[in-house]
Amino acid sequence: MSDAVIQVENLVRKFKDLTAVRGVSFQVARGEVFGFLGPNGAGKSTTIKMLATLLKPTAGRALINGYDVVRQQDRVRRSIGLVFQDPSLDERLTARENLFFHAMLYNVESRVFKRRMQEMVEMVELTDRLNDPVKYFSGGMKRRLEIARGFLHYPQVLFLDEPTVGLDPQTRSKIWEYIHALRQRENITIFMTTHYMEEAENCHRIAIIDHGEIVAMDTPANLKKLVGGDIITILTTRAGEMADRLAERFGLRAAGQGNILRVEVEQGEAFIPLLVREMGEDIKSVTLHKPSLDDVFLKLTGREIREESVSAVDRIRVFRRGRRR
Amino acid sequence: MRYLRGIYIIWLREVIRFFREKTRIVGMLGQPLLYLLIVGNGLAATFKVPDAPPGFSYVQFMYPGILGMAVLFTSIYSAISIVWDREFGFLKEVLVAPVPRWTVAVGKALGGSTVAVMQGTIFILLAPLIGVALSPLMVLKLMGVLLVMAFAITSLGITIASRMETMEGFQMIMNFLIMPLFFLSGAMFPLRGVAPWMETLMRLDPLTYGVDALRNIMYGDTPLRDFLVQFSLGLDLLVVAAMALLFVGTGALAFNRQD
Ligand SMILES: Nc1ncnc2c1ncn2[C@@H]1O[C@H](COP(=O)(O)OP(=O)(O)OP(=O)(O)O)[C@@H](O)[C@H]1O
Ligand SMILES: [Mg+2]
Repeated sequence: MSDAVIQVENLVRKFKDLTAVRGVSFQVARGEVFGFLGPNGAGKSTTIKMLATLLKPTAGRALINGYDVVRQQDRVRRSIGLVFQDPSLDERLTARENLFFHAMLYNVESRVFKRRMQEMVEMVELTDRLNDPVKYFSGGMKRRLEIARGFLHYPQVLFLDEPTVGLDPQTRSKIWEYIHALRQRENITIFMTTHYMEEAENCHRIAIIDHGEIVAMDTPANLKKLVGGDIITILTTRAGEMADRLAERFGLRAAGQGNILRVEVEQGEAFIPLLVREMGEDIKSVTLHKPSLDDVFLKLTGREIREESVSAVDRIRVFRRGRRR
Repeated sequence: MRYLRGIYIIWLREVIRFFREKTRIVGMLGQPLLYLLIVGNGLAATFKVPDAPPGFSYVQFMYPGILGMAVLFTSIYSAISIVWDREFGFLKEVLVAPVPRWTVAVGKALGGSTVAVMQGTIFILLAPLIGVALSPLMVLKLMGVLLVMAFAITSLGITIASRMETMEGFQMIMNFLIMPLFFLSGAMFPLRGVAPWMETLMRLDPLTYGVDALRNIMYGDTPLRDFLVQFSLGLDLLVVAAMALLFVGTGALAFNRQD
């Protein structure tokens, strides 16, 4: 697979006695959007930092755009752009100055820079704020500026570490619009991390990472198949009779209690019309639940991914991490 | 070219940021003035310097010392701002960019010393107000020495700050490194007449030679020379330059290391 623009083999990173990344391997094709999905502390940022030459791998090998992240750091750096998880703008400088310094660091010719800057700030809708100091920007504006900056120097690979964390849903979907548009136009490869399930849906392929290991890697659709098909819940007046008819007519085994029946089908939205045509008169309501990546994560790790539902083990880890500081 | 570009960018940012921070300009200028006016006048009234030649005033002795102090503190402050840069992320942006890391250290050191020399120069221009006469040539020479001193001290600060994670360590460095360097430099009191162990320490303090170089330039041709100046200008400049080279090396090495 020489067309892979990111090639990672058995990458390991230890911090003293803690192994943050435990031998991950994957490849990303040019133009692909590839995502790491995992809970806090899973090792997502650590992996990005190794790929971006900010941290040295303890073991393993990684090539970006064909260049080794340990031995050819300068070439790797020329190939990539990076939007950090934590803010990395110079707050005392204006938006324009931040972009200008970036362009200088990446040796973007000044004529090219002017054109590109206009294009990028227009995209993220910050044209009229170009001359304002960044410290007066809102969180969403800062994030948009960072994303514009990441694209500024035409990187081959753009790393986005939780690009939309803490932003409202409108801003989030807006940002994804820009990212997709640019990626298509310039054939940029995107490597992103997130712990938002909905955000992971923007990826062509996802690696689910937990405790430093990849536990599954596939397209979002295929990952969801791991948990089975769509769940259809039917509220009916004659549960027993309908269960029999579902078995007879569609070969489905219905579960349920009282006047509620639950069946699992592959294509829920296509099945509902059939169901209603056949036995509509006995149905009071139908609900369709498509499996989400939440369900996948739960099935693979036995835990919910979201912070609101940290398990006891996670809580202890957070506590220990806090004390170690 | 690539190296120059990296150095230039970091330098430029440092200077732009300095001009945005009005309070910093005022504070850094106010401190040495306060020292000179209050401490200088206070000490001058209290201490009778033994065997002082006619025409000597304590302010003449102290002025170059305070000039050195202003540069010392400004330089250290600039260097320590690396910790903020790390905390507020700008440093990361620079460290993933395709410029060699050592150029970041050198650019920062140049930026910090530029700022320090600008402040030193303003202070120099105030000299006539306190009765110190300076020729234009002297001013240029003083600026040159201040630049090398500031470069050395900023580089030292960068070496230390590159391993500092938080600002909590800053007070420690001020108390156990910067203040001793300052007090032992002969800025406030002369080397002669102190206890032998202290004289040894003062001779080991590289800043002593920086301050002495300033005195050499200001009083080298006056009758006060033998009383105010310790070493030859050549030795002073040699030590200051060696210090600059040594510390810019350690600063660059500290930056080149990857976790
Ligand atoms: N510099 C460091 N020193 C020590 N331990 C570290 C360091 N950086 C990360 N770790 C540890 O490595 C583990 C993985 O951290 P990492 O930042 O990669 O997680 P993450 O998946 O990005 O999490 P989040 O979603 O919270 O950003 C954590 O347990 C963290 O405490
Ligand atoms: Mg992270």
